[in-house]
Amino acid sequence: MVMQLTAKQSIHLPRTAELIRVEKLSDREKVFEFKFDDGKELGQKPGQFVEVSIFGVGEAPISVTSSPTHKGSFELAVRATGGVTNKLHTLDKGAKVGIRGPYGNGFPLDTLKGKDILFVAGGIGLFPLRSLINYVMDKRSDFGEVNTLFGCRSPQERLFIGQLAEWDKSKDMCFLETVDRVPDDEWKGNVGVITTLFPKISFDPKKTYAIVVGPPIMYRFVIAECLKKGLADDHIIMSLERRMKCGVGKCGHCQINGLYCCQEGPVFTYAQVKSLKEAV
Amino acid sequence: MQNRVISRKDLASFVDDLIKTKSAGEVIGIKAQGNKFNFGPLASAAELRLDYDISLLPPKKYFFPQTETVLKYEVGKTPKVEAVAAEKPLCIIGVHPFDIRGLLLFDAVYGGKEPDPNYFLKRNKAIIIGVDCLSPNPKSFAASMGTNITEEGFDLMLTDLGGDYFVTVGTNKGHNLINKAKTREAGAPDLEKRDKVRKEAEKKYQVSLKMKKEEIPALLDATWESKLFKDRSETCFSCGSCVMVCPTCVCFDVQDEMALSLKGGERYRRWDGCMLTEFASVASGENFREHKEQRFRHRMYRKGKYLVERYKYLGCVGCGRCASACLAEIASPAETYNLLKEAK
Repeated sequence: MVMQLTAKQSIHLPRTAELIRVEKLSDREKVFEFKFDDGKELGQKPGQFVEVSIFGVGEAPISVTSSPTHKGSFELAVRATGGVTNKLHTLDKGAKVGIRGPYGNGFPLDTLKGKDILFVAGGIGLFPLRSLINYVMDKRSDFGEVNTLFGCRSPQERLFIGQLAEWDKSKDMCFLETVDRVPDDEWKGNVGVITTLFPKISFDPKKTYAIVVGPPIMYRFVIAECLKKGLADDHIIMSLERRMKCGVGKCGHCQINGLYCCQEGPVFTYAQVKSLKEAV
Repeated sequence: MQNRVISRKDLASFVDDLIKTKSAGEVIGIKAQGNKFNFGPLASAAELRLDYDISLLPPKKYFFPQTETVLKYEVGKTPKVEAVAAEKPLCIIGVHPFDIRGLLLFDAVYGGKEPDPNYFLKRNKAIIIGVDCLSPNPKSFAASMGTNITEEGFDLMLTDLGGDYFVTVGTNKGHNLINKAKTREAGAPDLEKRDKVRKEAEKKYQVSLKMKKEEIPALLDATWESKLFKDRSETCFSCGSCVMVCPTCVCFDVQDEMALSLKGGERYRRWDGCMLTEFASVASGENFREHKEQRFRHRMYRKGKYLVERYKYLGCVGCGRCASACLAEIASPAETYNLLKEAK
């Protein structure tokens, strides 16, 4: 039996936070910056997620896109797609939401320290990955060489454009991006799926960890490329999407075979994912 | 702790006294409901049907209600949120050993690193008076799952010896409770009689597993690709009856509901289950178990492998409720495991 509990220890009880900044990223995506009313930090690790409450609408699991090196507030980048996220998109600065978390394991910082890193982001997979990219850039001397590949469907769907330009100029990372297709002539960059960027980069597979976040279809092709380049199964790290309703391993919604995405995940190595038939 | 023997008449007085004095909380008991049985508030000991086979719903509903408010809030510029966890001391009479095993799994799931007050505020206060199942349901295979008898999880356990009941005392709480009743000390012949009655009941199970229960995880490891999951799930209605009546189904959904005033509302959780179509879907539209074959297989793995690996308890206690509730007659884990074994 568990010791005496009170209702205040509810697994469902969020802390309130204030929306302090909203920025449009594309037609369907915005980034929201929040600050807790109690003044405390979120205290997340890169790759963790929170449960966002809009009272009267519901709760949704959202990955944190800001790095913990950024203090005082945290950012969630969100596509308007369900009840909570669509409502979130209507909120202005000053609005209050509920936040529970952070939850999940996050990216394995201890493993990555001192290693070369290959970031691969597809579409809004950039949102969770950005928490780690920014972390690595802020603690640049802790890591080896950094390659970043970003792909999205069209130039209109590019996200965090200002930051993409910074990464492109930066001497601290090799940044390449591509779009699947081009509806106009303005785009002068690469065209083609993200795997077409792989021949343009080189890395030492022994020293490198690939961190891959994107839609299920992308994983299949990117993992094949990573393996072709000689990366070992446990050097390929991915973050998986599930509908975590509780975040604390009770509600059952995020089960991937016998694992709970909110507990053992959302970050998994390909070595783990390989044995999970339902992962991708 | 000293076990006791109580006569039918004295047991009835004991129960009536519990109802009258509420000394152990509100008294819940197993009662007839039409030609079936269910747990409900007990008005008198005469309503108790300790000879039942299975209840429509397992007693988990008292700790994990079908719908439960977990938050109340006011909306507006500065929302106010309050966690809600109802508690009510209950004394539940007539819980079968396999349902007690189900509650032990619930304790493991709802405990852990982040224990759930909504569950434990009710569970910790409850007194469980079990009863051995002597007339098993035709679909039950509890004997094969080793859950027809339990040595833990009860305050008192009754065994019908014919004229009298044997009272196995499981806890101090149980000891103090039964001390108020007119009983006599159980001797060696009584204990022998209890064990004999239990052994005889074990022979009455009509469904059995054609393997040791410990072999189920390995069997499942070897049969992921089996065609049987598709064949057997073809007639599934995805109605979720099997998961709704299950004593080990722990999953829930969370929803918000605004009050008519629109000034505030409640967040509540309610039973949910992996056999329902949208259970594994995400906002983008992707459903990770889109086909009924996947959902059917997941349930069989969850019951026979995933839960035991995670919590040390098998996710199926063999009560037979799912098999009784399933219109397509495909829900029994024992049948599926046996067919998988045969096909191997």
